[in-house]
Amino acid sequence: MSEQLTVKTMQQFMAEGKQPEILFWVGSAGSYDDRAKKISRAFVKLLNKAKVDFAVLGPEESSTGDVAKRAGNEFLFQMQAMMNIEVLNGYEIKRIVTCDPHSFNTLKNEYPGLGGKYDVVHHTQFLKELLDSGRLTIEGNTYKGKRITFHDPCYLGRANSVFEAPREVLSKTNADLVEMKRHKSRALCCGAGGAQMFKEPEKGDMDINVLRTKDALETQPNIIATGCPYCNTMMTDGIKAHEKEDSVSVLDVAELLANSI
Amino acid sequence: MEYLPNILFLIALIVGIGFFTRNVKKLSRNIKLGKDVDVSDNKSQRWQNMLRIALGQTKMVVRPVAGLMHIIVYVGFIIINIEVLEIILDGILGTHRLFSSLGGLYDFLIGSFEVLALLVIVAVVVFWIRRNIIRLKRFIKPEMNGWPKKDGNMILYIEFVLMLLFLTMNAADFQLQQLGAEHYTKAGAFPISQFIVPLLDGLPVSTLMVIERTAWWLHILGILAFLNYLYYSKHLHILLAFPNTYYGRVKPQGEFNNLESVTNEVKLMMDPSADPFAAPPEGASAVPEKFGASDVMDLSWVQLLNAYTCTECGRCTSECPANQTGKKLSPRKIMMDTRDRLEEVGKVMDANKGEFVPDGKQLLGDYISHEEIWACTTCNACVQACPVSIDPLSIIVEMRRYLVMEQSAAPTELNNMMSNIENNGAPWPYNQMDRLNWVNE
Repeated sequence: MSEQLTVKTMQQFMAEGKQPEILFWVGSAGSYDDRAKKISRAFVKLLNKAKVDFAVLGPEESSTGDVAKRAGNEFLFQMQAMMNIEVLNGYEIKRIVTCDPHSFNTLKNEYPGLGGKYDVVHHTQFLKELLDSGRLTIEGNTYKGKRITFHDPCYLGRANSVFEAPREVLSKTNADLVEMKRHKSRALCCGAGGAQMFKEPEKGDMDINVLRTKDALETQPNIIATGCPYCNTMMTDGIKAHEKEDSVSVLDVAELLANSI
Repeated sequence: MEYLPNILFLIALIVGIGFFTRNVKKLSRNIKLGKDVDVSDNKSQRWQNMLRIALGQTKMVVRPVAGLMHIIVYVGFIIINIEVLEIILDGILGTHRLFSSLGGLYDFLIGSFEVLALLVIVAVVVFWIRRNIIRLKRFIKPEMNGWPKKDGNMILYIEFVLMLLFLTMNAADFQLQQLGAEHYTKAGAFPISQFIVPLLDGLPVSTLMVIERTAWWLHILGILAFLNYLYYSKHLHILLAFPNTYYGRVKPQGEFNNLESVTNEVKLMMDPSADPFAAPPEGASAVPEKFGASDVMDLSWVQLLNAYTCTECGRCTSECPANQTGKKLSPRKIMMDTRDRLEEVGKVMDANKGEFVPDGKQLLGDYISHEEIWACTTCNACVQACPVSIDPLSIIVEMRRYLVMEQSAAPTELNNMMSNIENNGAPWPYNQMDRLNWVNE
């Protein structure tokens, strides 16, 4: 992507003596993972388009510690959390948006007990706000007539009951939304959660992501939409396992929207 | 001699309830082996959960066939208890159909008990077929071999027999009423048992009385025996579902507790003015708290209550992504193992005057393998699926905490991931100063 994005750090806001409207928590995947970086860029493109005065922490951001916590390393989690809280509270951050449901969950639910109290939203919720208030409008019909099925990330859906925001944003693209047999609170995990992303699975007869993409492929989709960088990786690998990478693509809700404006 | 039946009945009642009380005490002692946890918050939400999930059975009907059948048995169980009350009073007072003075209402009640009894029989037969003929996947998983399978069937047999005894009793009573036998005042409506009456045709009053009395006695003795069977069975859920849904999770499923003992240490580490050689504050225990759980005593009492509440329906396991893809992890097994180990600990205590003496065994390793613990994706599907608010995931996480923080026994790849976070603030080995490179790529 060559398009120029406007991204300011909190440090820059500080220097100008201003507060941003919202802090974009990029997350480790969004910062370093090649696929997830594209999601970060697509989301920022939308923020720029909607003229949202947002900031990032940049080098001052560090892992939320979520994955360490799920792996059982409460020490590491709390160390990370307290360092991040020090930075966030130092900048008097009030509102945070993130493209990662795992960061969303831990910032929203687990940081308050350690002294970090913020209004945390997932990017699909924030995009819905921008669409509802008219700050973002859909132009063109990139996805008209395309079949899109949305895979609920566990830590967005089941864990925090956010089911409608991503679906409402997707419906604005004029695509045909189709639901998998198991969806919303009964959606099957992509297989990456609980630190599984970083290890080989235990012995079994199938990989979880292959089973979940089977669910998705049964809806005959053109696109599998996700709202999580880890789900994105797992589903992308899954369609490769089913040899469907030529006919089905895996895209984040932010990317679908960015392609529609 | 006139009062012999009353006396015998009272003795049976006292013995039955006495044994049950003893078991409840043991149950409560075992549950209290768990760590204390604050459950005084969100009272109204907790009551609502109990009314909605336990009393209202809302999570049962997620699976409509099993859910509907279960509601029939559940409603039957509760409503037929009104009849049990009459039986107990009759037994003590030596009366017969004490409530018959209710007239039309009594006819209606007895009539509806009969209809319910028939429906329960139908449901129980369907349940038996699902377990033994259709062999639904979730009922034939490895952890169901042996006692759990027998237990499941036993409950169905007992319920079937109890309902049959109830209907037989009514049929004999009805026939006796029609023959104008002494004591058997005309009362009640018998929409179902009337179809059993032809089988009793031509029998003399004395034989009918023997049948009626035998069915009556077996029915009430069966109920008392069933009450005492609960403690040894998965069927405890009929009682514990209520407290369990009350004490169950009221926070978002994604929220894991923050360990307070860790918070204190981390704060100390990050406080530049803290004196690392300072004496521990007054009252602090000399032995540092164990992180995570390797045995049942390390779990909270709510988690132990969870284990006793589990009725082994396997909805958790059938929704578990790890289990569906052939991994060893089964959330139901986590709960069953926790209960089995807790029972074992209880027995060790019984044998040692109420004191627990280490028996060289623990929950982690002897019951639950590391392989099971590491296969979990923490997706909460098991928590969502449980119709009585059991949280197997929280036990898995406590065991991971023990493995990582007490034993440094995480899989190698996870250790790499964690040292990356420690060194550069990301699970991958990238420089923290490069966090913003994506903007210009």
